[in-house]
Amino acid sequence: MGKHWLFLLLAVLPLGAVAAPMGFDEARHLLNRTSFAAGLSDIESYARLTRVQAVDQLLGLTGAAPVTPPPSWVGEYESPAKMRDASEEERKLFQRQQFVKGGELRAWWLTEMLVTPSPLTEKMVLFWHNHFVSSLQKVRSPVLMYRQNQLLRKYALGYFGDLLHAVAKDPAMVVYLDSASNRKGRPNENFAREVMELFTLGEGRYSEQDVKEAARAFTGWSIDQERGEFVFRQQAHDAGVKNILGSSGNFDGDAVLDLLLAQPQTAELVVRKLWREFVSPQPDAAEVTRIARMFRDNRYNIRVALRALLTADVFYAPENRAALLKSPVDLIVGSLRQFRFETGEVTPFVNASRQLGQDLFAPPNVKGWPGGEAWINSATLLRRKQLLERLFRAQEMRPAVTPGRAEMDIYFDSERWLQPFADVDARLIKVVLATDPASSVVSTAHGLPRIRELVLDPAYQLK
Amino acid sequence: MNRRDFLSAAGAATLTAWLPASAHAAAAGRYENLLILIELKGGNDGLNTIIPYADPLYQSLRPRIAIPREQVLQLDAASGLHPALQPLLPLWDARELAVVQGVGYPAANLSHFRSIEIWDTASRSDQYLNEGWLARAFAEAPVPSAFAADGVVVGSNEMGPLAGVATRALALNNPGEFMRQARLAGNEGVARNGALSHILKVERDVKQAAANLGNNFSLRSEFPNHALGNALKTAAQVVASKAGVAAIKVSHNGYDTHSGQQGTQQRLLRELAEGMAALRTALQEIGRWDSTLIMTYCEFGRRPRENQSGGTDHGTANAHLLSGGRVRGGLYGAVPALDRLDGNGNLPFAVDFRDLYATTLDRWWGVSPAAVLNGRYNPVEFLRA
Repeated sequence: MGKHWLFLLLAVLPLGAVAAPMGFDEARHLLNRTSFAAGLSDIESYARLTRVQAVDQLLGLTGAAPVTPPPSWVGEYESPAKMRDASEEERKLFQRQQFVKGGELRAWWLTEMLVTPSPLTEKMVLFWHNHFVSSLQKVRSPVLMYRQNQLLRKYALGYFGDLLHAVAKDPAMVVYLDSASNRKGRPNENFAREVMELFTLGEGRYSEQDVKEAARAFTGWSIDQERGEFVFRQQAHDAGVKNILGSSGNFDGDAVLDLLLAQPQTAELVVRKLWREFVSPQPDAAEVTRIARMFRDNRYNIRVALRALLTADVFYAPENRAALLKSPVDLIVGSLRQFRFETGEVTPFVNASRQLGQDLFAPPNVKGWPGGEAWINSATLLRRKQLLERLFRAQEMRPAVTPGRAEMDIYFDSERWLQPFADVDARLIKVVLATDPASSVVSTAHGLPRIRELVLDPAYQLK
Repeated sequence: MNRRDFLSAAGAATLTAWLPASAHAAAAGRYENLLILIELKGGNDGLNTIIPYADPLYQSLRPRIAIPREQVLQLDAASGLHPALQPLLPLWDARELAVVQGVGYPAANLSHFRSIEIWDTASRSDQYLNEGWLARAFAEAPVPSAFAADGVVVGSNEMGPLAGVATRALALNNPGEFMRQARLAGNEGVARNGALSHILKVERDVKQAAANLGNNFSLRSEFPNHALGNALKTAAQVVASKAGVAAIKVSHNGYDTHSGQQGTQQRLLRELAEGMAALRTALQEIGRWDSTLIMTYCEFGRRPRENQSGGTDHGTANAHLLSGGRVRGGLYGAVPALDRLDGNGNLPFAVDFRDLYATTLDRWWGVSPAAVLNGRYNPVEFLRA
């Protein structure tokens, strides 16, 4: 009798409300997407949780400070104005030092990605870095890029409105989008255009006139060259009336940002982007509308949007498993974490990520890394395979030094890693790959040779 | 009477408008003719490249950044080259450099991303197409399978005009490196979704290219040692290998000169001119100059009135360069109408960029433009008969 009413109860509850453990496959899928892949023990422990518990656990780990100490110089802003009266030699030395610092900054972030107990935090910081783009190439100050990273980190799973307001005035962003060149009577439209086109509304949802008027509202935003901090210059600000998106008023920059946040397209743009990052290449219009509304109704709480995406049935749908391509960072950090590589210097991996098309702190342009299939072309696919070959070439990796390249100092204890699998191939496949191997060749390999086969299979590029 | 009978009755050979290729004929392109596209990424300022030096509005719109009249390399009474383009003068003198002014399109879009998409897909301003115009050309008239690839993209991850589901487009940085790594590719496999399908296709393309590319990339000619020079050298090496490709795309970065334009553009144009001159020498060395067409392109030109940062904002109509052994040198299009700027302060266009594409498709490759470009376009006579 007791069982019958339980079945009845289950029959009337919506599927998502059923408090059943998610199981191995769903846990692996969730961790693949949110945590730079995962090893057997992590998957097994999440498998015992329900979807909601698992997602809440992942979200609960976010927001802590990085465990990796930053480079020692991050507190010392070097104003480019210092170099104005410097000699040619001093300038060259400065450039070289800045170059070295740029490398140390990238190494710091990649190290954090490798060791963090909350890979989802790093994924979200990277997501926002790819949305609110600034690049070291143009900003030229590793200190300012580090500060921007701190800012993105602070708001990564917070409120999007707060994030937008803060990052718009972030000094690295001010430099990147020429905001300081935008003055009353002498407008520079760069920031106004990109904030509408890329950061909020999306292409085609505003007019050229809106861009011009918004640029006027952002005048006066500038940067204190000595301290590398945002400063508002009243005399450069155009305080006149502007007509933007059908509203009229003597808007300042913050008021324009609020106007943009008031448009429903903004939430939809952000949710669509999160979808393409976490769920599938093609956002479902109805689901996007639903989650965007939830996002907006919750004051643009990013955590709420992410939770909705990661607990939705569509996230776990069979057709969306293994539907996304790993980014260079997914591939490199994912491989190193999943197989528990011991690493020395991470610079070779920073360089590898750049070679594969993802140079941390330096996306190619303000639209960011396009992602998806753009990651894979003949050149990058071959490089990915070459990297994987190197990683798994031997038990102890000391590959021949390539001139001009840092040697890869890594160690993979394959025997120890393989031990829990008890040589069950099906289990190995389930952890290493997001789907069955693409190759139809029947394999008789075991152990490390089998791992090599699996990571060189096209399916290893999927998450 | 079916359509073809009507045409022959009307003397179809004299028609200059192009009609869709008949459905059952497998169109064949003359792909022994090569197209090399040089993308001036960021939107080159055409007004300071091909300069209307005799127009007083030029100086008054650009008090700080106009090129002084005495520095302009005059081509005719109205237009001249930026002095950094000096290395192109031999090509001009040999009548192998065509300059087209006023290239643009209706209802121009001022966003980098949207506008380059329009140029790459040859769409209308209000139309969104997924495939590049070259991808569509190669779908209409397939490139021989003996070719190493349909097209090659050097030094970039963006396929641009070569983006297409069925296009054999190869991203390549260095032919030697490619050939060494190519053994890693070639996984056969079953595609269960779009992502996997993409990977398997890339693997197949690599395998096929490697099989046909051969190993002879040697060239005596030297190239300038900068990013564009290296990319053009790679392009020339691919051509030297005699493997066969129909198109090569190379990108030159840095043209989005919102501030401090003078120094930046001077360097970029010098690199461009040196690169093109070196490319010509190399192609002559391997006997391909007469079967190569070089064309520059980019998302837009820039605004005639300078901004207050010593630079220029996004604009519309632009000047572009074409060169090759069979190019008919000279000036085409129309000088910039600086007295007829639109509400945004931008230039009207005189030549639709798709006219250039259509001319290339028809006259260079013998591929029907109408089938590829959805519309009627006018030839620009930049090729000798």
